[in-house]
Amino acid sequence: MKVRNILATKGGRVITIAPEETVRRAVALLVEQRIGAVVVTDAAGQLVGILSERDVIRAAAEDESIFGQPVSAIMTRAVVIGMPQDDVLAVAHTMLEKRFRHLPIVDEGRLIGIISIGDVLKTQRDAYQGEIDTLETRIIAAGE
Amino acid sequence: MSPLGTAAQPLRVAIIGAGPAGFYAAERLFKETELVIEVDLYDRLPTPFGLVRNGVAPDHQKIKSVTAAFDRIAGNPRFRFFGHVELGSDVSVDELKEHYHQILYSTGAQTDRPLGIPGDDLIGSHPATEFVAWYNGHPDYRDCEFDLSQERVAVVGVGNVAVDVARILCRTPDELLKTDIADYALEQLRASKVREVHILGRRGPAQAAFTAPEAKELGELADCDTIVPADEAALDPLSQASLAGADRAELRKVEFIQELSRRQPAGKSKRLVLRFLVSPVELIGDENGRVKQMRLVRNVLYATDAGSLRPKATDQFETLDVGLVFRSIGYRGVPLPGVPFHDSWGVIPNAGGRVLDADSREPLVGQYTAGWIKRGPTGVIGTNKPDAAETVEAMLADAREGKVLSPANGTAAAAEALVQSHNVRIVTYDDWRRLDALELSHGKEQGRPRVKFTRVDDMLAALQES
Repeated sequence: MKVRNILATKGGRVITIAPEETVRRAVALLVEQRIGAVVVTDAAGQLVGILSERDVIRAAAEDESIFGQPVSAIMTRAVVIGMPQDDVLAVAHTMLEKRFRHLPIVDEGRLIGIISIGDVLKTQRDAYQGEIDTLETRIIAAGE
Repeated sequence: MSPLGTAAQPLRVAIIGAGPAGFYAAERLFKETELVIEVDLYDRLPTPFGLVRNGVAPDHQKIKSVTAAFDRIAGNPRFRFFGHVELGSDVSVDELKEHYHQILYSTGAQTDRPLGIPGDDLIGSHPATEFVAWYNGHPDYRDCEFDLSQERVAVVGVGNVAVDVARILCRTPDELLKTDIADYALEQLRASKVREVHILGRRGPAQAAFTAPEAKELGELADCDTIVPADEAALDPLSQASLAGADRAELRKVEFIQELSRRQPAGKSKRLVLRFLVSPVELIGDENGRVKQMRLVRNVLYATDAGSLRPKATDQFETLDVGLVFRSIGYRGVPLPGVPFHDSWGVIPNAGGRVLDADSREPLVGQYTAGWIKRGPTGVIGTNKPDAAETVEAMLADAREGKVLSPANGTAAAAEALVQSHNVRIVTYDDWRRLDALELSHGKEQGRPRVKFTRVDDMLAALQES
């Protein structure tokens, strides 16, 4: 199972925000789009960071005035980036190990999507459900 | 007009492709109790079940028993099978839009990716899927020719298909006799001169896509020794670290492979060599343009940013003498006429099963997709059940909101008349049951589970007679 198999059913539209936009605008975007993180891209469309719910909470705990500040002030700059051909199992392991929940996917320098830990979980659940179903079918057939 | 989804005006759904995803979608639709739904399941072949019939290896009969569940689905009075009807040549998407509220594409992934190396198209180099379709009696592939007079064969890839192909080549005629392999394939494999089959994986044992039971099966062939070079079965430090987070199934697969590498050959008449960390870089032909050698490069693994292990070529090369090559580095879907397509991934662009317009990326009203043509070729047969369920949830939600096509002729009779108007001999599910009974009885005569019809004309003639 590859990352592209998850992306294939996600529509491929990525929600992004510019680094100079306000944190307030970013928070509104997270709520509107019902997402947990937004990718930050510059005018050239290049990925420069990611802003997650956690980044906002962490910053807000220290400074109540963050909402008027630019996204670039509190975004995570050291972003782990995935590729469509990455194995989902390995990606799941990395996300758990390094404790992050959103992975932007870049293909040949172009941002093509983002997958969340929820997407990974759903994929794993479906894979296991499918295997159980197939095994049950075989066992029932073997008993006949 | 009656509200949609009632006995007076059922929600009418066309499903294109009668493989597992198509059947599971129909099953999930019929579980909906609040709406009355009618399903017409189309397939370009007269026979249903897609890869369960034409892909699953003939020596894996138990996996095929899933068709009993499909039979039950087909028993629903609101289900019809329109076999031998092809989208594009027999009916068009535009015509379907005039006869159904919703259309679901579940046509699967029918072809192989090319290797993309020099010599890929030499004589004797084939997509593994063609060989699979051939030995399974797929009418489109039954006349393919594979030169089984060659002694050494390479199968590129370590997925289920690659392993199936290698195993079928290494089985004895007696082993194959117990299967429903196509009768001409049984005959040609009986005369096969193949003595050595190399399966080539570009990454290590921990990354091989086949499962633990499949690895075990390779070690239990009646007259074939399975050999794994010890240095290639050993895990590099990165793979070792990756297994720390792996589940038991992954660990057992690696254990089986390593166990195979410690075995001494028992002097059986065939050899299956399972190789890791090698990639073909060139196929070399003889003066007649027929493949005679393969040049391989050894790989090492490196970790990507996100932690998956990828192969990287070294400067070590080797040459393998082979007269027949099967490439199996990934299935891909085939575009359907009039339906958007993501060319590099070989899937229909979609969001949770809703087909998206290629340009606007907005959902197209009334068009959906499920199975391999939706997500790409991954998972087992059962994986298509949750996959199809996701799509059907979207279909039902859209139907409740009235976001459906507006067919001018949205009745079961009109849909059948449409197909008939194209002079197609529709093969119904009852017809299929008759073909099925004939195949089983032909099998019984020969002490085999089934002897398949492998020509469409033969199927239609048999229906005419019976």
